[in-house]
Amino acid sequence: MNESAAARSERRAERSLGALSSLVLVLIAAMCTFVLLKAWPSFSHNGPMWFGWGGNVDDQLTAIFNSPANPAKWDYTIRTWPILYATALVTIISVGIGIVVSTLAAVFIVEFAPDSAKRVVSPVIRLLAAVPSVIYGLIGILVLVPFVGNHLISEGRKNAVTFVVQLSGASLGVAVVILTIMITPIMVAIIADAFRAVPNGWKEGAIALGANRWRVMWTVVVRSARPAIIAAAVIAAARAIGEGIMLAMVSGSVGFAPNPMDGITFVFEPMRPYAATIVDNAEGLSVKPFGQTIYAMAAVLLFASLMLSLGGNLAKRPLRKYGVRL
Amino acid sequence: MSTALKPPNVVHRRGKDTIKSWPLADRMAYYACWAVGIGLCFIAGTLILFMLSKGLKYVSLDLIFSNPAVGADQSQTGGFLAPILGTFILTLVGTLIALPLGVGTAIWIVEYGRPTRLARAVESGIEVVAGTPSIVLGIFGLLLFSNGIFAFMSFTALGGAVVGRSFLTAGAMMSLIALPLIFTTTREALQQVPAQVREASYALGKTKWSTIRKVLIPTARPGILTGTALGMGRIAGDTAIVVILLGATLQLEKVGSAPIVSTLRGTGSTLTSYVYNNSPAGEGNAPQKAYAAAFVLLILVLVLNFGIDLIARRSKKETV
Repeated sequence: MNESAAARSERRAERSLGALSSLVLVLIAAMCTFVLLKAWPSFSHNGPMWFGWGGNVDDQLTAIFNSPANPAKWDYTIRTWPILYATALVTIISVGIGIVVSTLAAVFIVEFAPDSAKRVVSPVIRLLAAVPSVIYGLIGILVLVPFVGNHLISEGRKNAVTFVVQLSGASLGVAVVILTIMITPIMVAIIADAFRAVPNGWKEGAIALGANRWRVMWTVVVRSARPAIIAAAVIAAARAIGEGIMLAMVSGSVGFAPNPMDGITFVFEPMRPYAATIVDNAEGLSVKPFGQTIYAMAAVLLFASLMLSLGGNLAKRPLRKYGVRL
Repeated sequence: MSTALKPPNVVHRRGKDTIKSWPLADRMAYYACWAVGIGLCFIAGTLILFMLSKGLKYVSLDLIFSNPAVGADQSQTGGFLAPILGTFILTLVGTLIALPLGVGTAIWIVEYGRPTRLARAVESGIEVVAGTPSIVLGIFGLLLFSNGIFAFMSFTALGGAVVGRSFLTAGAMMSLIALPLIFTTTREALQQVPAQVREASYALGKTKWSTIRKVLIPTARPGILTGTALGMGRIAGDTAIVVILLGATLQLEKVGSAPIVSTLRGTGSTLTSYVYNNSPAGEGNAPQKAYAAAFVLLILVLVLNFGIDLIARRSKKETV
């Protein structure tokens, strides 16, 4: 009798813990459903052209915001190409730079740094990861943006494009620089962990064959930790795509697609990714068609981050071999 | 023709693998590694020193202990006591929700984990939550908590619509930011508990549940604490959810008359939203106050970071 009561309470503990854990799945399902349902009108009115180009996206947003009160006449027309392009551009560039920088930094931390330097560099990098994004944004908007606007962009350059876009200093370049600084520490932590997990025997084998320390790192350690580098890039990309506050502060918040054909001016052109668009327009969410358009952008972000999680999971799978868990 | 024999090719024995003997490309890579390492330290140092100098210049007890107010110029807009309180309340609410969820989930995954498929799905689910941008979490929270059934968490506007913005709703979404961190560190800590410890506890006649409560959780405590501190840092540093779900009102707006619940159901702001709103990106445009608030926020985050190091060092001492 006593035994079975104990067994029953054991089972109850297991069940309730299981139910508690499954909450997260319910939550994700609810998130996808709610956001998609809310976003649907915007997608269905525009079709695939939602992602297309045509017109000025900022004017379209204003028109949607000022839709007439009659639901039948709500305006939904939007072509978000400049925003999509800006999101992809800023993410790809900063993750690309981040991969190179963080791999080198991880090699430094794991192999080259003397012990005294190691003791400084690792906490410092962790600190960079802990700084809130709004502080990065604040430094960006108060220091970097004015500096770029006043000293790096010449008057001639500003005047040359003044009919297309205003160059104030808030730009793709500043956004990429700060975003790279924000995501690099995350990548360094993951990559350095994977480097440490590479069996010592492999390294010693390479040294015995006459490779120098850099060659050992490059040909053995970096190569065998490639899945970790990809996983780190995916995690960093998820962070970069979702970074709204900092980018809303330094990107210039103009629905403009920077054109690589413009030469150096390209770096100084403003833009605005999806997440920053949501932050900038959070106040208009109660206007129905406008809210639905903004939720459509959130749905795109949600989809992208789901895909990245999935991709990251696949990338991490080979790592289990070495017993590395991220 | 000299008779002296040419000496045989001397094999230069390399004494040590010195950098100077490396090929040029390898040497450049070596220096690039050093440059990146030092560069990152330099950036971090500049950032901290810059914030320190700005902060010490603009921060004052007046600012910390006065509430924000509406005013025509910077001398009248008050300080940021309410945002500091807001940061503490929000961090507390978020952590209190995330802690049982994260620890419970980790225990279930490591100790039970049946059915396996569900366990694996939950693990990936937490990864998905970790990868979801906080702006999306915030905007989803607004949608979710505007439903009538969640009216108790926020308040109802004049027209009868539920606002969905309050410390409770923002805290609930914030807990999702802290959850993955608490979960991962707890899971790691539980996995490092040797199997013998569990077996010894069972051999003494303890049930699985009491083993978890009396043996495993105390052993994993440093890990749980580290995860909690990490999560608190993330909550304190997040802006997007605050801007959308907390309303970012100047002061703590209470709802109803119950002493604590009224604050929790009301809106407010945190240091992050205060910084954002006082930067040129927001309406306030008071850079000096933004610097001062950012300085306080940075100190808060640094203290949390320092706490994590302390926990790590102490737990290492115990195990070694």
